[in-house]
Amino acid sequence: MRDIVIIGAGVSGAAAARELSRYQADILLLEKEEDVCCGTSKANSAIVHAGFDAEPGSLMAKLNVEGNKMMPELSEKLGFPFKQNGSLVICTDEADRGKLEELLERGQKNGVEGLRIIEREELLQMEPNISDEAVAALDAPTGGIVCPFNLTIAMAENAAENGVEFRMNTKVEAIRRTENGYVVVTDQGEIETRAVVNAAGVYADEIHNMVSGEKISIIARKGEYYLLDKSAGSHVSHTIFALPSKMGKGVLISPTVHGNLLVGPTAADIEDKEAVNTTAEGLASVARESAVTVKNVPVRSVITSFAGLRAHRPEHDFLIGEPADAPGFVDLAGIESPGLTACPAIGRMAAEILAERLQLTEKSDFIDTRKAPVDPKTLTLEERNALIKENPAYGTIICRCESVSEGEIIDAIRRPLGAVSLDGVKRRTRAGMGRCQAGFCSPKVMEILAREVEGLGLEDVTKHGGRSGLIVGLDKDFDACKKEENC
Amino acid sequence: MEKKELICIGCPMGCALTAETDGVRVENVQGNTCKRGKIYAEKELTNPTRIVTSTVRVEGSTQVHQVPVKTESDIPKGKIFECVYALKDITVAAPVHIGDVILENVAGTGVNIIASGNA
Amino acid sequence: MEEYSIVIIGGGPAGLAAAAAAKESGEDRILILERDTRLGGILNQCIHNGFGLHTFNEELTGPEYAARFIQKIEELGITYKLNTMVMDISSDRVVTAMNREDGMFQVRAAAVVLAMGCRERPRGALNIPGYRPAGIYTAGTAQRLVNIDGYLPGKEVVILGSGDIGLIMARRMTLEGAKVKVVAELMPYSGGLKRNIVQCLNDFDIPLRLSHTVVDIQGKDRVEGVTIAEVDGSGRPIPGTEEQYSCDTLLLSCGLIPENELSMGIGVELHGATRGPVVNESLETNIPGVFACGNVLHVHDLVDFVSEEAGAAGRNAAAYVRMTEAEKNAAEKEISVQTENGVRYTVPAVVRPARVNGELKIRFRVGAVYKNRYITVYLDDERIIHKKKQVVVPGEMEQVILKPEMLAKHPDLQSIRVTLEEE
Repeated sequence: MRDIVIIGAGVSGAAAARELSRYQADILLLEKEEDVCCGTSKANSAIVHAGFDAEPGSLMAKLNVEGNKMMPELSEKLGFPFKQNGSLVICTDEADRGKLEELLERGQKNGVEGLRIIEREELLQMEPNISDEAVAALDAPTGGIVCPFNLTIAMAENAAENGVEFRMNTKVEAIRRTENGYVVVTDQGEIETRAVVNAAGVYADEIHNMVSGEKISIIARKGEYYLLDKSAGSHVSHTIFALPSKMGKGVLISPTVHGNLLVGPTAADIEDKEAVNTTAEGLASVARESAVTVKNVPVRSVITSFAGLRAHRPEHDFLIGEPADAPGFVDLAGIESPGLTACPAIGRMAAEILAERLQLTEKSDFIDTRKAPVDPKTLTLEERNALIKENPAYGTIICRCESVSEGEIIDAIRRPLGAVSLDGVKRRTRAGMGRCQAGFCSPKVMEILAREVEGLGLEDVTKHGGRSGLIVGLDKDFDACKKEENC
Repeated sequence: MEKKELICIGCPMGCALTAETDGVRVENVQGNTCKRGKIYAEKELTNPTRIVTSTVRVEGSTQVHQVPVKTESDIPKGKIFECVYALKDITVAAPVHIGDVILENVAGTGVNIIASGNA
Repeated sequence: MEEYSIVIIGGGPAGLAAAAAAKESGEDRILILERDTRLGGILNQCIHNGFGLHTFNEELTGPEYAARFIQKIEELGITYKLNTMVMDISSDRVVTAMNREDGMFQVRAAAVVLAMGCRERPRGALNIPGYRPAGIYTAGTAQRLVNIDGYLPGKEVVILGSGDIGLIMARRMTLEGAKVKVVAELMPYSGGLKRNIVQCLNDFDIPLRLSHTVVDIQGKDRVEGVTIAEVDGSGRPIPGTEEQYSCDTLLLSCGLIPENELSMGIGVELHGATRGPVVNESLETNIPGVFACGNVLHVHDLVDFVSEEAGAAGRNAAAYVRMTEAEKNAAEKEISVQTENGVRYTVPAVVRPARVNGELKIRFRVGAVYKNRYITVYLDDERIIHKKKQVVVPGEMEQVILKPEMLAKHPDLQSIRVTLEEE
């Protein structure tokens, strides 16, 4: 009998796992994909929001501001890239100035620090490429940017180090109530547990509705993005928002922590919760709308485009807590923007609820820091030489666009919760994330994966687990052609 | 005589040629803008041949898994598949040098398969 | 810090030819830095034949062509380091590089030759909507998997782009047991050689659909299908012309981009059309003592021309090393070569007439298919070259040769103009 089963290894599940691992408890995390950070957490704006946008009094507002305040320390402790670059909400029409004032007031009510409205001249000094139409802006210096992959991975690794067991490729199919808790039925067998955390992202409604009579619904709201080359990375230095609308925060333009420029997202509610495809219309509208706040966005230097699905609740607030009819079952549902920002606070809240429910006691030996991977790019020539001497694999560059060495890739595979797929390596090390988009390095990374991952042959290496195999067989496989009598 | 259409590969012009042939003789080449077109049509319609390039597996090399190979000279176009099929299960031992004979008289063409790379 | 007279960045066909030529010009301290496990660059995976007709007067495969130059490098005793990535080059030519054995190290060069080659345009840069499953490869990545690693990346293939690598891979995949269903090309003409259309597509009845592009990719894990559609004159898909192909693989052969990240780090100015350095008649960039050649300078169609150009770069680098400071710094008149009527660019883009030594080859490409034109060069107002071509196409590089006597007739030369004329 487990104490807690967490469903979903996205940013919410990882945060909950880390916070719960402070307690003496037997915790198992289930993830349907082959790796952590495979759903909403991997495809979003990567923004640490200041917190002026959410409705005062909402859970979103509270946890956003709390999460924002926790992020700098968390980044230090766990070693993931985070930068407080500040956010600007651009007003491009004098008639809308009132909306800017509203945002300012809302932010102040939410407890956001340092907010102020700035006029065009000052704005222009801060952001020379701002639209000619811009008249004023809300300056939110506590806004930031983060690497969503490494945030999630870092929390998950830290949780694992503190004893949380992770089981990938395991999909929850049903949950039954029992006298002492729940039985979680998966495609890999049944698990008995005292409590459940529902961090299932866009599927949080399905999981919730397995145990509770108070039905909820989560709508997948697609957002499409352009990621531009590093040559465009300094086009703006702050995260630039348009004034928000009913469908969300609109198309933003932001540098990323790795120096690219991110433009997006669109917002479209869709039926298929797996439909992370981009569309011609969506991408065209991203390009079009980017021009609202910033001029000459170099969309031609796009290196990739992608789509993510927000886990949207019609009520538009986080749902965190136990349904009245399911004690010991904690929903972390409707975690859309600012969920990434709020995740440390969401995790803490989940842990508080379950600590009380299960009467958990804190560990004395909780490790609250993570030994982060070495980033050779931050080392001096001498330090780097010492590293290569100790481990020559750090001397071989595999991904030339992002200068990722074999040593970093091997480390990403060997770490706790190590990468098992091409995308897993990519999210951890950035190998394949540069301008050639893995053209040169993918055969080499495939080789390293096959060598390092036990039981994995080169033929079995996948892009992202499941049936995403990269090669179909050996050369001169004539079976297909013999059938068609070509030979 | 049968009427045939083909594209001349003599230059980027890519003239669309028509010609009549019984498989032995070629007559009435049209559409060419230079004499190379006529020569090409005559060869291509009576005895089309190709150099075939492929790879075979190598054992005992720390460097490579495969070595490139080719037909030593061109072979009849109709023999291409038979030729690569004959290479399917061939594994050679390193070292291999450019020009080494990998397989003699491939697909009965009288042409050898030779290594086109070192391993 | 170790000092070399010439450090060559890249041991592919350009780097090898530059090194050999520099050595033959009398420079001894030459170092080639190569990131791969062996010399030869991309030629090692180009196992098809058709290389070397101009250079060796025979039809070689890529590895055979490379082997001839590698042998020369060995015979000339030129130093090279493999598995070595150049991380940075400073404007005063300190090269920082890294490998397993030496760690991160720096060498100082009197001259640097950039010969890093090019990369393929990936799916992301092509803006193809749809899913992002496994099974989408650039043609060159697939070529490496098949020819070097011995693996088949897919069995049912759609290819976008009819550049030569795409065409070559259509045949290669077919001969390895895959079924290539269609090759779609955005332009109304193919960017590949006619020979490759005939011998790689027509020989195997693979259809080529001109003025078509991919408008959707299906499949969440692995590619399951691809939708292509016809495009209008400005490259936009025409609604209603969509055709769906079920397949497990999409290969992309949609253009090559010179890899100039290192060059930009030095401060080398790049050309808008070639995306390679702007070079003068000596193939020298705006940074003194930094030369460029091969596909990092502009994408070539034939490796023979790469070798020839790189040989010139190597000789010029050697000459630069031997110059006095006064000679290096002498201010010379510079003329920017003007291009007109479909001529997209020239290499060199700048000519210093005083520095032209013997014949000057000017290479260029055109932007569309032109029939019955004259390739024409004006020195000031004099038409000195007027050469009839039945056809010029974007896929093939053209060249004109300025002879010393032509330049001698214009001691006060103000302009050089390369153009296409109808009569």
